[in-house]
This record gives sequence, structure tokens and C-alpha cells, in this order.
Amino acid sequence: MDDDKRLEAFQAKIDREEKIEPRDWMPEDYRKHLIRQISQHAHSEVVGMQPEGNYITRAPSLRAKVVLLAKIQDEAGHGLYLYSAAETLGITRDELLEQLHGGKAKYSSIFNYPTLNWADIGAVGWLVDGAAIVNQVSLQRTSYGPYSRGMVRICKEESFHQRQGYEIMADMAKGTPEQKAMAQDALNRLWWPSLMMFGPHDADSPRSGNALKWKIKRETNDELRQKFIDKTVQQAEVIGLTIPDPDLKWNEETGHYDSGEINWEEFYNVVKGNGPCNNQRLTHHKRAHDEGAWVREAANAYAKKQLEKSKVA
Amino acid sequence: MEVKDALIQYCLRLGDDAMIMGHRLSELCSNGPILEEDIAMTNISLDLFGQTRIIYTYAAELEGKGRSEDDLAYLRPEHEFQCALLTEQPNGHFGNTMARQMIFSVFYYHLFKELSKSPDESLAAFAAKSLKETTYHMRHACEWVVRLGDGTEESKWKIQDALNDIWSYHHELFEKDEVDEKLIDMGIITDTATIADDFYASVNEVIERATLGTPAGGWKATGGRSGRHSEYLGHILSVFQSLPRAYPDAKW
Repeated sequence: MDDDKRLEAFQAKIDREEKIEPRDWMPEDYRKHLIRQISQHAHSEVVGMQPEGNYITRAPSLRAKVVLLAKIQDEAGHGLYLYSAAETLGITRDELLEQLHGGKAKYSSIFNYPTLNWADIGAVGWLVDGAAIVNQVSLQRTSYGPYSRGMVRICKEESFHQRQGYEIMADMAKGTPEQKAMAQDALNRLWWPSLMMFGPHDADSPRSGNALKWKIKRETNDELRQKFIDKTVQQAEVIGLTIPDPDLKWNEETGHYDSGEINWEEFYNVVKGNGPCNNQRLTHHKRAHDEGAWVREAANAYAKKQLEKSKVA
Repeated sequence: MEVKDALIQYCLRLGDDAMIMGHRLSELCSNGPILEEDIAMTNISLDLFGQTRIIYTYAAELEGKGRSEDDLAYLRPEHEFQCALLTEQPNGHFGNTMARQMIFSVFYYHLFKELSKSPDESLAAFAAKSLKETTYHMRHACEWVVRLGDGTEESKWKIQDALNDIWSYHHELFEKDEVDEKLIDMGIITDTATIADDFYASVNEVIERATLGTPAGGWKATGGRSGRHSEYLGHILSVFQSLPRAYPDAKW
């Protein structure tokens, strides 16, 4: 079969809403796009452990500590799961990490912002996981089988995280004046970066065309962002916090909230590596990886010795 | 000493060991040599904090002064903690962490096996639950000591050094004072002397499989059970307790 026919069959399969599986033929660009997207997602889960881990040792109650530890453990598990999904496309985890360390692979820019008070841990769950869920719910229907199945599982856990985060925010918002100030401060700092998580406006999103045609993405950046805004504004109102957007208002006609313009200069600046924590996050990940090299080598050497022993025996 | 008072102190010691060990492991989040190990160490930390909560809650109940698990964790000063110095020691490199964990988990594995037979139902239930978790922690740490010992040349000297360094801290786990004596007399806990042989047998078996040398004697750390700690504990608590201390009126 020539490539045109293959491509036609591939597209027809996608149009019939059938999943593409690892052994199926797929266009090289589809494979590349998926590797980029899944690895970016995996790296985000893993790098995201840093800003949340920043508060593990200072969690203000034993219950809060256990909940946070469990959450971060979930995120690490998602990372593993997604690395495995990426590996089904013919790339190794080592290669994916090299791409991360070399700056070729990205992770979500939200994790290049610092966590500066305990309410940030609430805000990360409520807003960051909240935004991630909107995206991931949509991705449950993505055309690549392993990714789609991964998303189904991940979504279940993320919705827990989102509720736990919101609970922290709610508790702080009704707490002492200092706690309420921390909650509002966290919202002020993390609201706009959360909106940026959905990426550029549709008109400025160069890769969306094929991704939508191939049903890797099911909804556009702006559609997903709007869904997030619509569901989050009310949640903020309920707990008495103010979304830091003076232009935010309900639009009767559209049935959605209108909102102010995102600071795209800041967005592109952070994507390019100039956010408050880009360097810190990457240096941390590299350091941990490099410091662990002797452990990985030892484990490999031991496994090799065991294999040789079992051959002799 | 009243039996009840001894039991309260004993439970606090179990809780303090679990909490400070859990804290050290929690510091390792996002610092593991591979992602799987990051998950494993966070998981052990999580188990230890779970144990902390159960046993603190029981201690507070026995005490009957209306204190909560968080009061015990967050509002006691350094000298009221009674954790063994072993648990306070820094994580160091992965080999240091695993050597420390092996000693801690092997000791507690054998102790929990005994405590799970205690006539004190709450203590027995706590030990039985913790035993399941500790069995996994012990296997995990022991397997790593073996891998590192029988891995590369570098890993061998690193884990041997780590073991030699931490060895001074295992004696304290077996120490006994009037708290232990009282509870042993009443048949509530087992004398740690009865698990010593099992402890050394388990550790020696790992050391042998790891092709390592037995760590030498030397200095014996002590003091934790009477509130005299290493310098590390103050730093741990200053971080751990920072928020409730800074905002005493806040509920979290």
C-alpha cells in the first residue's frame, strides 16, 4: 500500500472514532506530535512535584501532609504512566529525559512559578489541576489508544486533587485574616498562569490544525480555556475570593464569562525559559538525575550479575 | 511510674520515631535516582505518617488532656520529642538513606511482630497494621543494600561507608529505661533483648548477600529517649512546626 492510501485508511479509522494502537501504521507527524505532547505531559507531572514538594516538610497538619504526599505520589505515578505511553511510540525514557535536560522537550509553564505560601498548595490543586482536568477530560477521547486510556485513569485521580485543593482554599478563605490574605494572594499570582496553561489563542496556535484533524486534540485552546473560566469563577465566589481580572463579567448573550486579555508577553517569556523558576526546576531535575547515576549503574550491574549467575545455574 | 504513664511515653516514642523518619523521607520528594524510587520513598514516608497519626491519637487519648495528634506533632518543643537519633540523621546520598532505612525497618519489623501480640488491643492493632507496611519497607531497603553492595565498585564502597557510619545509631533502638521496664513487667511489651538475635541475623544475612563487611563497633549514639538529641532535630522541627507556630490561631 502506498502512503497516500495508508493515510486515507488512517484518517478513515480516526473519523470512525476507532483508536490508533501502537502497532498500527501512523503518519510520522502523528507519531512526532504525540511523542511531543505525551512527553510534555509526563515531564509536567514530574517537574510539578517540585513546587508541591516545596511544602511537604511544612504542611500545617499531619492530615494535610498525608494528603499532599499522596497527591504528589499520584503525580509521579501519572508521570510513569505517561512515559510508558510515550515509549509505545518508539522512544525510551532515557531519550525523553535527555530531551528535557537539553531544553528540547518542554513541560507546563505553570510549574515555573514558585509556591510561596500554604494556600499555593490549595491553588495548585484547585486551579492547576482544575485546568489540567478540563484538558484531560477532553483528551480521554484522543485518538491514540494508550494515551486515551491513560487519561481516563489520570482524570479520576486529578478530580480528587482538585477537590482537595479547593478544600484547602475554602478553609483558608474562611480562616483568620492572615489565612484569607494568603488565599487571595495565591489566587492573584496563579490565576493568569493557570489560564496560560491552555496555550496561545487558536489563531496563534500553529500545530492545532493537524492535531484536531487527527483527533489528538478534541477541542481548541480557547474553547477549553473558556470552560475552565466558566466553572472556576463561581467556585471563587462561593468561598469569597476575588478573581484578579477587572474585565471579568457574565455575558448573557453568549452564556459565558467575558474576561480580560492574557499577558502574552509573559507567556512567551516563560515558555522561552525566562520564568521565575525555569532555571531552578531544570537544574533541580538534572541534579537529582546526575546524583542518582551511580545508583542506576549499580542496579544495572547487579541485574547483569544476577542474569549471568542464572545462566550458569 | 504508673502503667498508663509508661504506655503514653512508649506510644510517643513510637510516634516520634515514625514522624521524624517520615519527615526525612519526605524531604526526598523529587530527589530520587529514578522516578520509581521517588515514588517508593514518598510511599514509605506516607506509611510512617499514617503510623504517626494512629499512635499519637492513641497516646493523646490515654493522656486524656484533650490534646490532638497535631498538638503532639506541632506544639511540643525539641526536648519533649523522644525519637532515636537514628531517625534524625540526614539523608545523605541514596546509600546513606537505604542503610538508615534498613536498620530502622529491620528493627521495627521484629518489634512489631512482638507488639502485635500485646494484650493492649490498641497497641496490638497498631503494630499489626504497621507490620504489614514495615515488611515492605524492610524488603525495599534490604534489596537496595544488596544491589548497591554487589553492584559497582563505587556503589560498594559507598554503601559500606554508609553502613559503617549509621551503625553507631542502632544500639539506641534496643535501650531500655523505666518506661520499658514497667511495660515489660506488666507484659504489655516485649523486651527488646528478645528480638536482638533476630535483628542481627536479618542484618547479617543482608550484609552477606550484599558481599559487604560487618560494620565495626565504636561509638554508640544515645540520648533520644530522654530528649537529648542531635543538632539536626531542632532544624527539622523548626521547618516542620513553622506554620502552626507562626499562626497559632489558624485552623488548617
